[in-house]
Amino acid sequence: MEIRILSPTAILGYGFPVQSLEYGVSLEPDVIAVDGGSTDPGPYYLGEGVPFVSAKAVERDLFYLVKASTEREIPLLIGSAGGAGAEPHVNWTLERLRRITQKLGTRLKAGVIYTDVDKGELIRKIESGTYNKPIPHSRLSPLKTETISNTKRIVAQVGVEPFTQLLKEDVDVIVAGRSVDIAPFAALPWLKGMDKGLAVHLGKILECGAIAAEPGSGSDGMMGILRDNEFEVFPLNPSRRATMTSIAEHAMYERTDPFREHIPGGYSDMSSVLYEETGDGRVVVKGSRWIPVQRRLVKLEGASFAGYRFIVIAGARDPDFLSRIDGLVSKTLESIRELVGDEGYSVHLRVYGRDGVMGDREPEPRITHEAGLVFEVLADEKDKAKTVAGLVRSTLLHIGWEGRKTTAGNLAFPFSPSDIDAGRAYTWSVWHLIEEENFLEYSRMMLKEV
Amino acid sequence: MTPLRDVAKIIRSKNAGPFTITIDIIFDDEDCLDALLNLLNRKLVAQLYKVNSEDIEIIPYRPARAVKINIPRGTPSGHPGDTDVYGAQQHAPLLGLEVECG
Repeated sequence: MEIRILSPTAILGYGFPVQSLEYGVSLEPDVIAVDGGSTDPGPYYLGEGVPFVSAKAVERDLFYLVKASTEREIPLLIGSAGGAGAEPHVNWTLERLRRITQKLGTRLKAGVIYTDVDKGELIRKIESGTYNKPIPHSRLSPLKTETISNTKRIVAQVGVEPFTQLLKEDVDVIVAGRSVDIAPFAALPWLKGMDKGLAVHLGKILECGAIAAEPGSGSDGMMGILRDNEFEVFPLNPSRRATMTSIAEHAMYERTDPFREHIPGGYSDMSSVLYEETGDGRVVVKGSRWIPVQRRLVKLEGASFAGYRFIVIAGARDPDFLSRIDGLVSKTLESIRELVGDEGYSVHLRVYGRDGVMGDREPEPRITHEAGLVFEVLADEKDKAKTVAGLVRSTLLHIGWEGRKTTAGNLAFPFSPSDIDAGRAYTWSVWHLIEEENFLEYSRMMLKEV
Repeated sequence: MTPLRDVAKIIRSKNAGPFTITIDIIFDDEDCLDALLNLLNRKLVAQLYKVNSEDIEIIPYRPARAVKINIPRGTPSGHPGDTDVYGAQQHAPLLGLEVECG
């Protein structure tokens, strides 16, 4: 048996050359699968319920993908829709899809998977002992009722099963909320009873589009052909190729464990994998094995509101000022405390040109001839954030010291206004594993005509 | 002795979730990987990054002639005060490590 999986791009909305897609389609794929999300851009997007890709970019990609999948009559599977994969992200993606089907004059049978976690129900189940206590990430505390209540949005990162379930309904397209990256890629192979471990490993490579090719790209596609005892991968663009090295390197990409790809229900053991180059920029992979686990664990992700954020960006070129930055900033904050107190706000400074990128971990915190200062002001009220940001700017601009020569001002602002409203800030408050009793406990599925 | 930046093919850092930075050092040849593995230990990484050595993982990954180093983040990704949301620029302290190969 053989299943051909076309991955057009690393993330829906990152784009791809039309020729790459056309070439992929000419190879008669059985499914087009694409990952829509990532937590890498930070907790803001989940908390705020907004995507990190633009509507235009997603509609552009969907136009070609819907066209290709309807012409070939194969399913189009989208995981972690809209980035963070919560309800507003899924609905936003469905809206993009609706515009495209209108434009193409077609109707699609869509399977929709919402993976939002009802906070009240989660609290009840934890308090009543229906659940074993969720396992926190080592950096977080056990999940308390208060933490859950204070979290703006919680999603479960579901596994492959909700996708296979909807594929049984003969859907044209699946738009799923937060799901493991490999889910849309492994769904059809799992449904057809193919090797789960190989399918997961193949999914791990394909979910990043052509990032695993040489040269790599997040805006181009790859093809995966899954067979009974092996899979073959290759890029869809003749200017790229897959090599043993590029494919092996990718197994370790953005994961702490290069030997195991964990998903709910088990993991793909990639510790005794064999890679072989078969010419034409193709690589064949054998030996990834599926290891089921006893406890089925699903990761919950949640973001909490951390405050309103204003930022102030300023440069400095005066050597005397630069040699005193830390002391002068302390004095500035002290005088701000005298004016507005020290409750309800915090100020964080990065000094670019010294340790702006690595902070305390910078091994060479030296300033040369100039530095860039970025102040982050967070406050529980927007007005307070704005007030403190303004005071940081005006106070540090004019703060004096013994022997100061630059008495007209210490800072060079690149922008007017110099205090920039950076919206609401969020933190990751939930990153816990929870037991899932049945495959679909955290998947709310429905069929929709789009 | 040659600095790692001259003998490694790839030296990259990236988030592995919002609380961990994972660093991959990838070589063209096995000799340089072995030379680095002889030298690399948790104590050394702890010094370079000013983190506790118990919190560091070093995982050789021979299929890619590579070694992976996992270190905890100071500030989680995107939290107030964070300096590198994607964790993509945390590899620099390793660049000057002197390795006997190449």
